[in-house]
Amino acid sequence: MALFNITVNGSSHEIDVDPDTPILWVLRDHLHLVGTKYGCGIAQCGACTVHLNGAAVRSCSIPVNNIGNNKITTIEGLSEKANHAVQNAWREHDVPQCGYCQAGQIMNATALLSQNPNPSDQDIENGMSGNICRCCTYNKIKAAIKTAAKNV
Amino acid sequence: MTLIKTKHNRRSFLKVSAASTGGLMIGFSWVVSCNPVSEVTEHKPPSEWFDINAFLSIADNGQVTVMSPNPEIGQNVKTSMPMIVAEELDVNWEDVIVKQAALNTDAFTRQVAGGSQSIRKGWNGLRMAGATARKMLVNAAAKQWNVNPDVLKTENGVITRPDGKKLSYAEVASSAAGMEIPDEVELKDPENFKIVGTSRGNVDIESIITGKPLFGIDTKREGMQYAVVLRPPAFGMKLKSFDDTKTKTINGVSQVVEFDNKIAVLANSTWAAMKGQKALEAKWQTDGNLEDSDFHDRTLLALLNKKADTDSHARKDGEVENKFKEADEIVERTYEAPFLPHNCLEPMNFFADVTDEKIDLYGPIQTPAGTRRRIAKEFERDESEISVGMSRMGGGFGRRLYGDFAVEAAKISDKIRKPVQVMFSRENDMTAGIYRPATKYKIKAGLKEGKITSYQLIEAAINNNMYGRLPNNFPAGALADYQVDNHRYESNISTGAWRAPYTNFLAFAEQTFLDEIATLTNTDPLELRIQLLKQAKKGVGPEGNYDPDKFIGVIKLAADKAGWRKNKDGIFQGFSAYYSHNTYVAEVAEVIMEKNRPKVTKMTVAIDCGIVVNPIAAINQAKGGVIDGIGHAMYGDFGFTQGTPHASNFDRYRLIRMPEAPEVDIHFVESFNAPTGLGEPTLPPAGGALANAIYAATGKRLYKQPFIKQDFVLE
Repeated sequence: MALFNITVNGSSHEIDVDPDTPILWVLRDHLHLVGTKYGCGIAQCGACTVHLNGAAVRSCSIPVNNIGNNKITTIEGLSEKANHAVQNAWREHDVPQCGYCQAGQIMNATALLSQNPNPSDQDIENGMSGNICRCCTYNKIKAAIKTAAKNV
Repeated sequence: MTLIKTKHNRRSFLKVSAASTGGLMIGFSWVVSCNPVSEVTEHKPPSEWFDINAFLSIADNGQVTVMSPNPEIGQNVKTSMPMIVAEELDVNWEDVIVKQAALNTDAFTRQVAGGSQSIRKGWNGLRMAGATARKMLVNAAAKQWNVNPDVLKTENGVITRPDGKKLSYAEVASSAAGMEIPDEVELKDPENFKIVGTSRGNVDIESIITGKPLFGIDTKREGMQYAVVLRPPAFGMKLKSFDDTKTKTINGVSQVVEFDNKIAVLANSTWAAMKGQKALEAKWQTDGNLEDSDFHDRTLLALLNKKADTDSHARKDGEVENKFKEADEIVERTYEAPFLPHNCLEPMNFFADVTDEKIDLYGPIQTPAGTRRRIAKEFERDESEISVGMSRMGGGFGRRLYGDFAVEAAKISDKIRKPVQVMFSRENDMTAGIYRPATKYKIKAGLKEGKITSYQLIEAAINNNMYGRLPNNFPAGALADYQVDNHRYESNISTGAWRAPYTNFLAFAEQTFLDEIATLTNTDPLELRIQLLKQAKKGVGPEGNYDPDKFIGVIKLAADKAGWRKNKDGIFQGFSAYYSHNTYVAEVAEVIMEKNRPKVTKMTVAIDCGIVVNPIAAINQAKGGVIDGIGHAMYGDFGFTQGTPHASNFDRYRLIRMPEAPEVDIHFVESFNAPTGLGEPTLPPAGGALANAIYAATGKRLYKQPFIKQDFVLE
């Protein structure tokens, strides 16, 4: 066990865990930020996507001792009033079915739009290909990203 | 307006006791209404709630709490079932707060997510619940005004008498709660619906897009231990011995317990439990057959050629054997599909707290009542001591019909006498599955003068055969000589229901077979189906389980919307139509050639499912079913060597992703008929429509799933 100081959603947290503990489980089990989901544990499904200094990363595959001073943002900290353009678009298109993958989809989509504010269909398809939606809401996710792109 | 008078089941609407719904919910926290597209109604915080019946309570500020009885699996019932109650209650949807009901078999019927039946089977009861409450509110107002209730009208939660005087539901809720339950209630004419048939946003949308705890995996309870279980590495093996020395050195691991040939590692975090599970050194021994997929293939193919016992046909009309002898030509094809894991994105998990007084269970489960029964039996406890709470589910697809994970949680909690959450790793989830059984079909048709005159379907499956009325599916009823035979091989690999059981592959076999017959007889594929359906309507064969007119209706609608066989440059179309879960679906797939390989770009879908309760969600559901069907037909591949699954995670098991997903265009037949299933019926026809489009593009037929195993199909 070792003490780590990590910054999540603008707040600093001290946690005592094994250095190999993935950020995903630090968030879920130690900080009780359960919006970030476990899907595969091997960075194949995207359910655990968070931002590290604004870039989308798979939190299941990044151990806590690699974080250092980098800032983590989770779905809980994406916006103060649930009014990020991507969240608004998700609401407008009523994207979710079961909803389990959607936090990861939203975090990936926001990072995609911050890098590429006007993505083509192909940019969206490629940029979102790491996020599985088992309910197959892909049509709606794509449409919502296009709506969000107009309003970012 | 047509008024429908219906006797109701009194038991369902007896006011429930305080214990079962939380009783008079005083000071319930104020929640902004859930409709994202409408204006938000501002309410003062309610100070008192009045239970009208098990489904709903009304607050003194005009807000209405509607309980959603069934488990929410992503099929939108948590929104659409309360919409039906609110419709008949005649309130503004903006005033409705939805809550997940507790398991209560006295108050609610069929609290199950399965078979696409929640809305269909819930329809009457939900309407009655709203209408009964409305009637009690009206009766309370009539009493207060001392007028005949028949002269009163309701609209949006307000009762009006002929002279224009008004009382809100909030004002009479207190006295309505004490009114006698009416013997008869009037239901609205569906043409006057204001909520049902309009798009209403998911009631959980805010929680989903902000990451609030909703799912079973999000459960946190005081003193809860996380459990990760090591299971046998193969079907046909059992535990011999194990060494947990290394596991016990891992920080956070508290206990290791053996149960049912499995080993549970308990820890203070999921990660510590996962690490502990990996560090276990277990020895396994053979306990049964260790089966290979090659063996299953050989066995099932042999079964397809086995002669059926004389009286064991699943359906037998006329004499197919005689007709085959008279035929000009016999067409015989074999279709093959592998096992499939469900791969819910939320892996199996469950919470249990077993004490001497009670068993408290909570989590994602499609069958809460059945699971309670099973646990009561297993632990020899009275059902009244067992509670099963329903979380939102991160997918189900049939896997969560089986409460094995809840039983595991309860057994572990019972052993350590602490609250436990059992958590399946993805590897556990994929390798300890209850799979769609590997299945093969042989279809044989006799052709005479360019028409099908006889038809035989032979099924060979691992463990499970088609059940119920499935042998009566189209083209049963369209032909005088028709036969269905089933054969099975009993395996120790666990199998069960997978979204649209049996039809998820049967539809592919039949719909590609019919396409091939259409080509061989130089008939338009739609025309071939319509001819057969007209024969069914004439009663050429004994009755099928479908309505030929509705079937023809969706076929024509899909053809019209897709522009069937209108010259489209470089676009190749394929057609498929199927009836399942009481719903008619026709699909046109469009394929283009990219790098000399076919790629699906669009699916046009026509659906007759009666009244569409919540269109925005229904479209989502229907599209999802189509893309799921395409994805599994294209990529779904799961097999075994020596009882061990070939894949255990998404690096070696491919699910469809956004770049491969076609645009899906959904069209519903306008209908005032009672709603039928929608969670499953769009899946079965999808694979066949795609295969038929791939044939149109390449001239090559597909007989096996997954398609990517064929070299001419685009990866």
